[in-house]
Amino acid sequence: MNLLFGRNASLQLRLIIAVVLSGLIMLGDRYTSGASTIRTSLNTFVSPLFYFANMPSEFLNWSSQNLDSRELLLAENASLKEKQLLQNAKLQEFNFLQSENLKLRALLNSSAKLDNKKLVTKILSIHSNSYNQQVVINKGFLDNVVEGLAVVDDLGVVGKVVQVGSSTSRVLLMTDNTHAIPVRVLRNNIKTVVEGSGKLNQVELPHVPHSKDIRMGDILVTSGLGEVFPEGLPVATVTNIERDEGKPFAKVYAQPIAQLDRIRLLVLLWSQQAEVISNDE
Amino acid sequence: MMNRHYWLILLSIFVALVAALIPLPRALQPFQPDWVLLILMYWSLALPHRVNIGTAWVVGLLMDLAIGSPLGVHSLTYSVSIYITASNYQKIRNYSVPQQSLLIALFLALYHLLQFWVSHFLIDIYFLPQYLWPVLTGSLSWVWIFLLLRKYRRHFRIR
Repeated sequence: MNLLFGRNASLQLRLIIAVVLSGLIMLGDRYTSGASTIRTSLNTFVSPLFYFANMPSEFLNWSSQNLDSRELLLAENASLKEKQLLQNAKLQEFNFLQSENLKLRALLNSSAKLDNKKLVTKILSIHSNSYNQQVVINKGFLDNVVEGLAVVDDLGVVGKVVQVGSSTSRVLLMTDNTHAIPVRVLRNNIKTVVEGSGKLNQVELPHVPHSKDIRMGDILVTSGLGEVFPEGLPVATVTNIERDEGKPFAKVYAQPIAQLDRIRLLVLLWSQQAEVISNDE
Repeated sequence: MMNRHYWLILLSIFVALVAALIPLPRALQPFQPDWVLLILMYWSLALPHRVNIGTAWVVGLLMDLAIGSPLGVHSLTYSVSIYITASNYQKIRNYSVPQQSLLIALFLALYHLLQFWVSHFLIDIYFLPQYLWPVLTGSLSWVWIFLLLRKYRRHFRIR
């Protein structure tokens, strides 16, 4: 059905309505927190898209696994068993240290740190916005995921959960422009903040005065101050320091310890603090 | 909305959304054309009374949710681009397909610059000329998309 005359007047009205609505939604998303509940409920409409978009890479992984030779699988099995045995031995030491730590904290009447609850999750192969650094994981509020959970991989900190859907969530990587994490230098306990710069393998430390004692090769770990990341997780290593006396601050660049371009499986960490009732009260 | 014309158009938009979400190898990622916008533009040229600014706005919102950009960015930019094609559809239809692809390159450039401007306002990003590669690849794939969707439309007699 081809119309002879175009309906141009109502097009402009529709454009104005669309622009105004979009503007309201943009401002609402940025400046209010109600948008996260809207996003969570609307995410159920997009989950079939994620499911279909993930299927090709799932299929490729499945077929490559099924086509592996038997010798390869046996060798992989043996090396994994050996790795697990070594880690279990280390875990026995860790259990002892943890119980000793608990007793010492009780002696000092300070609050104990409980075991953090953990959840393993897989990254879906989904392309995200090129202006952000985000990944999509396959756990949502049905698995008790909430906004603001710390996300780590086996080497170090990766980022935090920013949006939660019913069975998928979004993780903001620490190299994103809008992500900041409070850290301390392992060597001398200096507290500072690590911000993402938008590049995949580089983060920067803003507002570092020239007098701060930071050297190349320093390891930065989380300081636990922001109440999002538990204390002591490795974050980045300092790679470059530019001290230009003419500028008010030094420029410090660091490289994340986690290999952010190769992450597949991640662990979500809930950080908890609990009071320990000491012996004599 | 129970008629099959609408469902067939929605099916093509669904396929475009899935194609926009499938990740390409990292080296090819900057060159990925904007499938959803190209398909919306085709439908707004072919059937402007069916696919219009409302459809573009809703599809833009779905794209925002799927891709993770701030809500409202894609709906704004899609609405503006589809306004341009839907209000000039008679003129654009009269061009040959390669000439149309030059016009589409212009519209895509507007879309990308508008999207960068809005994202800069919301999330403080800086401009790199590499952000404009999808303009070139999008206008090159327009010929292919136009012919493919025209065959699809004629085969199912979508009106």
